[in-house]
Amino acid sequence: MGKVEALRLNAITKRFGGLTANDAVSFGVDQGEVVALLGENGAGKTTLMNILFGQYTADSGTVEVFGQALPPGNSRAALDAGVGMVHQHFTLADNLTVQENITLGAEPLFSPRLNRAGARARIAALSEKFHLAVSPDARVGNLSVGERQRVEILKALYRDVRILILDEPTAVLTPQETDALFATLRQATANGLSIIFISHKLHEVMAIADRVVVLRHGKLVGGARTEDTDTQALAAMMMGLEATPPNVAPANPGAALLELEDVSTPDIGSAPGLKSVSLALRAGQIIGLAGVSGNGQAAMADVLGGLRSPATGRIVLGGEVVQRWTPRDAVQSGIARIPEDRHKTGTIADFDLTENAILERYKGVPFSKGGWLNWRKSRGFAEEIIRKYDVRCPGADTPIRLLSGGNMQKLILGRVLEADPQVILANQPVRGLDLGAVNYVHGQLLEARGHGAAVLLISEDLDEIMALSDVIHVIAEGRLSPGFVRGEKTPAELGLWMAGQGFDARIPHAS
Amino acid sequence: MEIVDILLSASFWAAAIRIASPLIFATLGELICERAGVLNLGIEGIMVAGAFAGWMAVYSGTGLWVGVGVAMLVGMLFGLLHSFLTVPFGLSQHVVGLGVTLLATSSTYYAYRLALPEVTSPPKIEAFQPYEIPFLSDIPLFGPALFAQTPFTYLAFVLVFVVALILYRTPLGLAVRAAGENPAAVAAQGLSVTAIRMGAVIVGSGFMAMGGAFLTMSAFDSFFFEMVNGRGWICIALVVFGSWRPGKALLGAILFAAFDALQIRVQQTGFGAEIPYQIFLMMPYILSIVALVVMSRRAEVPAALMVPFNKGER
Repeated sequence: MGKVEALRLNAITKRFGGLTANDAVSFGVDQGEVVALLGENGAGKTTLMNILFGQYTADSGTVEVFGQALPPGNSRAALDAGVGMVHQHFTLADNLTVQENITLGAEPLFSPRLNRAGARARIAALSEKFHLAVSPDARVGNLSVGERQRVEILKALYRDVRILILDEPTAVLTPQETDALFATLRQATANGLSIIFISHKLHEVMAIADRVVVLRHGKLVGGARTEDTDTQALAAMMMGLEATPPNVAPANPGAALLELEDVSTPDIGSAPGLKSVSLALRAGQIIGLAGVSGNGQAAMADVLGGLRSPATGRIVLGGEVVQRWTPRDAVQSGIARIPEDRHKTGTIADFDLTENAILERYKGVPFSKGGWLNWRKSRGFAEEIIRKYDVRCPGADTPIRLLSGGNMQKLILGRVLEADPQVILANQPVRGLDLGAVNYVHGQLLEARGHGAAVLLISEDLDEIMALSDVIHVIAEGRLSPGFVRGEKTPAELGLWMAGQGFDARIPHAS
Repeated sequence: MEIVDILLSASFWAAAIRIASPLIFATLGELICERAGVLNLGIEGIMVAGAFAGWMAVYSGTGLWVGVGVAMLVGMLFGLLHSFLTVPFGLSQHVVGLGVTLLATSSTYYAYRLALPEVTSPPKIEAFQPYEIPFLSDIPLFGPALFAQTPFTYLAFVLVFVVALILYRTPLGLAVRAAGENPAAVAAQGLSVTAIRMGAVIVGSGFMAMGGAFLTMSAFDSFFFEMVNGRGWICIALVVFGSWRPGKALLGAILFAAFDALQIRVQQTGFGAEIPYQIFLMMPYILSIVALVVMSRRAEVPAALMVPFNKGER
């Protein structure tokens, strides 16, 4: 069977200031083929796809779709040629319905009215064919992340795309949702759709892709058919070295640095508060908090970090009950936070790296004195973090929004660890990071443990919890399980706790 | 009870609809701008400019509807200025809006003095006259209130319907709403956020100027300084009151106008003579604030209102 080439990228180069995001990248995709674009964060994957989709203009190089060159920087032309893209950060309007989001821009702007019945039937047919169940009248803001992704995919299919770009589609999905997505994608390729699948999760790439191309530092460093390669070889190609997960030595726990005693907080909307939770964070120990997202993890992180006060119960710091507990008190007591959402609560997008580096400590020596900021010291501190933690950026005066997620997280990590904290609250510290960055962050957390820090690791990734934690607690509907030491429970047993089984019935249930 | 008598009189409701008409135009204009994601604080000045332009055009000999068109055009020019600065350049919508208000107001007075250097009291024009719609105007209470207005007022009501239809039933309206909710979603469809937002601001500003023109061409028959008198700011509140929906905004405009018409009449009652008249002047504003507080708790603000959009930025 003669293969038709659906897409070809020719020597694409793109620079942002002093950073070369893509350096003469060329590859092709055949019709009905799934090509995985693999690379670390900041390797230039998303930039490359944004060029292909006409959202950025390449400095040089061309894109061809079924042999036709695409005009650069024109999303409309890319769409008309049958290229669709599902962005990592969805481009959906929350206050509009599913159908409105799907039909936006699909009809000529000045046609007299929306063909709503026709659109509805078409959406229903596509949902059926590709197993993408969503209700057309639902408000997108009310949908789960997995459902929103289905809307994005429907949006592309609705436009009869021939090439579909998926940017990190599984980053936000549960394993079940990922399986459903893969089933949909297989159905789509069987219908002749070509797919570019951007990811850094190796086993997923092996599961769905026919072929893999690997980007490193903006350059295409290799490619292989999935049947001719394995995850180890891909990881090596991606990172330029053999990747090794951290080797965990037994813990040597010391005194309790920060404790919760019988703490409860009220529910906020559908998010449960804590229900009579007692927990001790000890020096030189990593405590893993496992659980399905939205079961009280946010309340836990907020209470420990001083953002939320307990309704009942006590917070004990170094053996003494604290009277006042604000975020400032927490920071000054040596409690460092790696926030769950680095964009929303971890950084200020338009501030540069220097300003972001001193966000938590600008008030005191050495970054300010007598009410005046010391920019020289601040900048020196930022540059030190950039060097020590390998933050890839044009310089300390770059606005942080220009950095990739991994590099942003490295800056936060540096900011946290350089303060030599007693307690580290790491909430989803590796979400959306690539393997190299994940291992790096984990290594740093283990090193902090070695220096006597108490670490609380909150994660929805059970593998991560089990790999790193000395003691594991499970949180379900705001209730906390007893602590299980490393190796005491199997993933299946922890899974039962995560589903809410095993908790003492006398503890009041969320109502 | 005198107030009940007032509320049941057709003349009271006719006055309320008349007072509401300029508010309806300008509120619709502001609503279109904000639905696309742009706060247009130029509204107050654009209404002044529209009031003058329409009146001046008719005074110079054009027909009434041509005058309305001239007012709209002048408003659109200020809308072009506003949107040019706020959309492609992404400048602060507050600063630009207030700047447009100051510019439009002062250049209007300047133009007035240039056109009529020697005049002490502004000349009158032949304004729009009430047109009683056959049969409908014979309905008790509603007839004289709703169907014996000027054609300019009828246009206001028609526009509410047309704007709602476009916003909710056409691809264009969907694109405008999406531009105010998540411009990235619009750009991802290859549509130009810049063009959509600029277009919305320009058209919206045209409506605002029509609201101003209503004052000089239908409510009164002449142009005075200070005649817009904060109506633009009221319209900004009415957009919030109406949860960014044309129908609800219409109700809000009528409600405010009814309060305004009521206070004038209550002043003349025996009960009203006991109380300083300033209290009555305050009444519509106080009631609007209360209504606004109550209504806006549930309002759905366009998510990208006042958020500039720069393509290709992350």
